[in-house]
Amino acid sequence: MDFPEALNCPVPIMSHDTVQLAHGAGGRLSAELIKKIFVPRFTNATLEKMEDQAVLPQPGGRVAFTTDTFVVDPIFFPGGDIGDLAINGTVNDVCMSGAKPLYLSVGFILEEGLPFETLHRITLSMEEAAKKAGIQIVTGDTKVVNRGSCDKLFINTSGIGVLDPKIDISAANLRPGDKVIVSGTLADHGMAVMTTREGLSFQSTVRSDTASLNGLVADMLQVSTDIHAMRDPTRGGLATTLNEFAKTSGVGIKLDEAAIPVKPEVQGACEVLGIDPLYVANEGKLVVVVPGEIADDMLASMQANELGKDAAIIGEVTAEHAGMVYLTTGLGGTRIVDMPIGEQLPRIC
Amino acid sequence: MKYLSEYRDPKRAKAILDEIHRVTTRPWVIMEICGGQTHSIIRNGIDQVLPDGIELVHGPGCPVCVTPLEVIDKAIEIASRPNVIFTSFGDMLRVPGSHKDLFMVKSEGGDVRTVYSPLESIKIAQENPDKEVVFFAVGFETTAPGNAMAVDQAQRLGLTNFTELVSHVLVPPAMEALLSSPKNRVQGYLAAGHVCTVMGWEEYEPIAERFGVPIVITGFEPMDVLQGILTVVKQLENGTHEVINEYARSVHKGGNRPAQDLIRKIFEVGHRSWRGIGEIPMSGYRLRNDYAAFDAERKFEVTDIHTEESKLCISGLVLQGLKKPHECPAFGKECTPQTPLGATMVSSEGACAAYYRYQRAKE
Repeated sequence: MDFPEALNCPVPIMSHDTVQLAHGAGGRLSAELIKKIFVPRFTNATLEKMEDQAVLPQPGGRVAFTTDTFVVDPIFFPGGDIGDLAINGTVNDVCMSGAKPLYLSVGFILEEGLPFETLHRITLSMEEAAKKAGIQIVTGDTKVVNRGSCDKLFINTSGIGVLDPKIDISAANLRPGDKVIVSGTLADHGMAVMTTREGLSFQSTVRSDTASLNGLVADMLQVSTDIHAMRDPTRGGLATTLNEFAKTSGVGIKLDEAAIPVKPEVQGACEVLGIDPLYVANEGKLVVVVPGEIADDMLASMQANELGKDAAIIGEVTAEHAGMVYLTTGLGGTRIVDMPIGEQLPRIC
Repeated sequence: MKYLSEYRDPKRAKAILDEIHRVTTRPWVIMEICGGQTHSIIRNGIDQVLPDGIELVHGPGCPVCVTPLEVIDKAIEIASRPNVIFTSFGDMLRVPGSHKDLFMVKSEGGDVRTVYSPLESIKIAQENPDKEVVFFAVGFETTAPGNAMAVDQAQRLGLTNFTELVSHVLVPPAMEALLSSPKNRVQGYLAAGHVCTVMGWEEYEPIAERFGVPIVITGFEPMDVLQGILTVVKQLENGTHEVINEYARSVHKGGNRPAQDLIRKIFEVGHRSWRGIGEIPMSGYRLRNDYAAFDAERKFEVTDIHTEESKLCISGLVLQGLKKPHECPAFGKECTPQTPLGATMVSSEGACAAYYRYQRAKE
């Protein structure tokens, strides 16, 4: 499989090849870990002060604040790794409110015995993701746990951003007549992880779509600040997000099955495993609900951005069937798109 | 994967649908045997676009649904034992037994793993010589060749730590049982495409003849299902009762002979209990005595398990096509996919789950 390699940056020379319990104990080895592995990758004036907290300038408006913890297995997969997921995921959660993401914190839980080569590769990914998103990592924490107490590493990121006063994006804002737009193809990330984990390979590699969406959101806000609802459909997929919207706003959402974009190789992987793409995680896509009159302009601005080139209007908000999501099939029938119960399970036959 | 778009092409599907409307002059009751076909019908809304007179009745072709409760309890008992790695296809893990399901056994510390093929279980057995590896061998004839091959391989490799918990069921005896019932209303059948890929369709000719019903071997994509329905309706309108293959890209009359030979080598036919229906004679596979060492039921001595079905659950009537899921008083209330009372609600191929997931709005 083709993983992006750490190109010009070799692993810093450490006194050990692997993470030891002492690296989380707060002493000399902890300092070495922070100074050699983390600070060079996340460098900025605030972080380098190395205080226990980051003191930040007064924000110019309401603050959006989010947190997320990343425990994905495998930690490397086509299209990304746990590192850029941790950055992009939190940047996206902040900017889904319409806020401009500014600062992130990063907390690591490392398993004793984790190779420094692996950790270094992940921090390189995080550095690149942070640069692309234009955010600063201003504070962090590291713990090391006994071998077996966590699976290689877990990463928590929290993030803050600032909101323009005109923006009011919420799952409660959907109105009949609104249009539903997705920014691109669905199920890429979840299927990339699942096929890698199960050792399945296909003729075209299924790649994760992990990406920071704040640039795309900024373009969209230029078209109009009258965005009703917006979210990145991660765990549980598009179906879960739209069900949450429908229930919170007390409206129905009607989708056109033929309009929902899915890459052929992803559809193929879903078919082989008996999985429905509507329920699979995405890490570089958003779904947005806007008033009908601005939908076409919003779509055009999304399609002009690299991350929105496959954007499509996939449905509309209705007064009927309040609280439910339903779709019309290619044959002209209708079916409900319900909330999933738990994990989708590959089937017997 | 062009085949996905070609066999789902709405224009071509509409052409077949229009033809169905054109040839239908009377009401007909048609049963699709296979759970995968039920799923495809409900998911694509096929039942909604057929002529009003055509009623689709959902058959017992969901192996998860017909696995007897006591077999699930046996699986749970075995999986709970220390030193056992219990492997299964994913959809069996959520089926509730009398008190819990295999997922709960896992969360309580049991080593329960999802596999995509019984051959993965063989690998696990080789890699864990100190553990007992059990594969939950559930299915119709479709999965029997793979399960037979696993036992065959285990023998060749000299493995002493691999067994299968077998609950295989056969389609033709089930069809005969349904057709022999005085309550039967079904006039034509869509036979299960992948069962027939393995077994061919020779077994269905005597059934079509004896009961005077048309049987059409049908696939799973929307166009396949519509084509199957069209051919059944044409036969019903013309009064014929032949076996016709509308899944020719996968099914040949004699089926897959090497697969059948392997099945016959490892398994023999025996009586089987079907959840919700009761015992049907000579309707399932069990391991031949020569392979007793690979039989989990014998190895783990779980013959003494007694079970009690939920009194509210009518999955048997649903599986026989006598009731629709939404006609069950517990449907959507006590019985939901989160709190299933019977396997037809738990399995993603079960009729109740399909109705709940896709059609709840109709109530």
